[in-house]
Amino acid sequence: MSTAPALEPRWRAYLGVYRTMARQSVLVQFQYRVSNLLYMLGMVTEPVVYLVVWSTIARSQGGSIEGYTPGTFAAYYIVWTLVRNMNIVFTPFGWEERVRTGELSGQLLRPLHPIHYDLAAFAGWKLVVIVLWLPIAAGLTAVFHPDLHPDALQVAVFLVAIWGAYLIRSLLLWVLGLVTLWTTRVTALYEAWFTAELLLSGRLVPLALMPGWVRTLSWLLPFRWAFGFPITALVGPIDRTALLGGLAMQALWIAVASGAVALVWRAGIKRYGAVGG
Amino acid sequence: MPVIEVDALAKVFQVPVRQAGLKASLRSLVHRETRSVAAVAGVTFAVDQGEVVGFLGPNGAGKTTTLKMLSGLLHPSAGTGTVLGHTPARRERAFLGRIALVMGNRNQLQWDLPALDSFELNRAVYGIARADFVRQRDELIELLDLGDLVTKPVRNLSLGERMKAEIAGSLLHRPSVLFLDEPTLGLDVTMQRRIRGFLADYASRHGATILLTSHYMADVEALCRRVVLIHHGSLLFDGELGALADRFSATRTLVVRFADEPPLALDEVGHEVARDGASVTLRVDKARVAAVTGDLLSRYAVADLTIEDPPIDDVIERAFAAPVTP
Repeated sequence: MSTAPALEPRWRAYLGVYRTMARQSVLVQFQYRVSNLLYMLGMVTEPVVYLVVWSTIARSQGGSIEGYTPGTFAAYYIVWTLVRNMNIVFTPFGWEERVRTGELSGQLLRPLHPIHYDLAAFAGWKLVVIVLWLPIAAGLTAVFHPDLHPDALQVAVFLVAIWGAYLIRSLLLWVLGLVTLWTTRVTALYEAWFTAELLLSGRLVPLALMPGWVRTLSWLLPFRWAFGFPITALVGPIDRTALLGGLAMQALWIAVASGAVALVWRAGIKRYGAVGG
Repeated sequence: MPVIEVDALAKVFQVPVRQAGLKASLRSLVHRETRSVAAVAGVTFAVDQGEVVGFLGPNGAGKTTTLKMLSGLLHPSAGTGTVLGHTPARRERAFLGRIALVMGNRNQLQWDLPALDSFELNRAVYGIARADFVRQRDELIELLDLGDLVTKPVRNLSLGERMKAEIAGSLLHRPSVLFLDEPTLGLDVTMQRRIRGFLADYASRHGATILLTSHYMADVEALCRRVVLIHHGSLLFDGELGALADRFSATRTLVVRFADEPPLALDEVGHEVARDGASVTLRVDKARVAAVTGDLLSRYAVADLTIEDPPIDDVIERAFAAPVTP
C-alpha cells in the first residue's frame, strides 16, 4: 500500500487556495472580457441617471444641495461605479441554484469551507473589474468634471474600505443565501433586503441628503458600511475620526457577519438534501 | 479491520405532497402536506480495508443516498456510519482529505478552464506538496491516457474524456476510500473497460477501499468479489458475487455441444434457451443438474458440456423481483 501524499501546513494551503482561485477567476473573466466590459458599461446607466438628476436639482437650487455641487455629485457617482462593482458578490439567486441542483455537493466534498471559494473567486473577478473600470472612470471624468481632492489618508482608507465593503456584503448575502437550505427559494427575502439596501446605503441618494432619522438608522445597519462609507471616505467631506471610525464599523460588521455565517451554516447544512448529485 | 462501518443507517426525507390543479395549489398555501419517504431504512454492513465492494440496487433503492451519507453530504436520520474512524456528517478536514466521491452524472471540474487548472485548485485545496502533486498528476494523466486533453477547456471535452479527467482530479490527493456512483454511466464500451482497468489498478496499488454502484454488471464483475444488494432502502444480500446465483437463482445453464446432429427435442431434460448449430443451451433446475448431466452423457454423443451460473444481470433482476426479507 502506498503512502498518502505530503501535505502543506494549513495556513499555506489557505493562501494557495485564495491565490489559485483568484488567478483562475481572472483567467475565466478574461475569456469573457468583451462581455464584462459591456456589462460594466451597462451598469454605468444607473449612476449617470442619478448624477444628471441631482446635478440639475443642485443647479436649480443655486448651485448646491447640502454642500453637494454638480462637481461633488460627479465625484460621488463616479466613485459609486467602482464601489458598486466591488459590491457584486455571490447572491441568494446563486444559492437557490446551488441548493436546487445539488451543485453545493462538489464543494462539500472538499476539505475547505465553501465560503472560501466564493470569496476568492469574486475577489479575483474584482481585480478584472478594477482594470476595466479605469477607462470608464476616465470617460465619465472627461464628461462630468468631478470635484475630487482626497488626501493620502482618504485614499488609503478608501483602498481598504472597498475590500471591507466587499467582505461585509459577501458574508451577509451568504447568510441570506443559506436561508435557501430551509426554504429552497429566497428571492422575496432578497428583494426586501435589496430595497432596504437601496435606501439606507447611499446607493440611491448620498446619505448626507437623507433626513436625520434615516442617517441615524443607517449607522446601525450594515448597508452604509458596505456602500456609502467607502465613497464618502474618498469624496469627503470627512474628518480623520470618521474615517477611522468607519473602518472600525466595517471590522465590527465583518465580525458579526462571520459569526452569523458560522451559526447559520452549522444549522442549515444538516438540512441539505444533496438532490441531483 | 473495517474502514467503513454502517449500523442501522437510515435516511428519511420529508417530501411535499400536493394534488395537481389550482384548487390543490391554493389549499397547499394554508395547509402544507408532507410525506415521509424512507430512502434508506436501516442498513448494516462493514467494509474492510482494500475491499472493492459492489453496492447494487434498482433505481431509487437508496444506493446514492447511502453513499452521500458516508461521504458527509447528508446527515443520517438514524443509525450510525463511520468511515476511517470519522463520523462523515462532521465533515472534518482529516476525513475529507482521505475520501473521494465520484459521480458519473456530476461535473466537479471548472467548466471554462482546462482540467489542469482544476487539478491545480485541488492541489491547493488539499494542501498537497508541489513535488508530490506533480508526480501524482502526471501518473494519473498517463494511466488514464489523458494526454493533451487536460489542456483543453472542460466544456470542449466529450463525456468520456470528461469522466477520465474527473476521476484524475478526484484522485490527486490519493484517497484511501473511494465512493464511486455510476462512474461509467453513458460511456462507450472501450472507455468503460479502460476506467474499470484503471480503478482495479488503483485499488491494488494503493490498497484503497472502494464502494461502487453501477447498473453495468461488467463493472461489478470486473472489480468486485463482494456485493451488497439494497432494495427499497433495506439490505437484501451481502456476500461473495459468486454466491448470488446460489441464493437467488433456482437454475443453472448447461451448454451442450453434440458430436453429431443435436436431438430435436430436449424438453424432457430442461428448458431450451438457445440453439446454434451443434450447440444447445438449456436452463435446468439447480437440484437436477447432476442427474441431467449424467443423462445427457449416457444418451448422446457429447463433444463438450459446460455448466454455468445464469448471467449476473438475470440473477440480480430475480433478486430485486423477490420480496424483501432482510
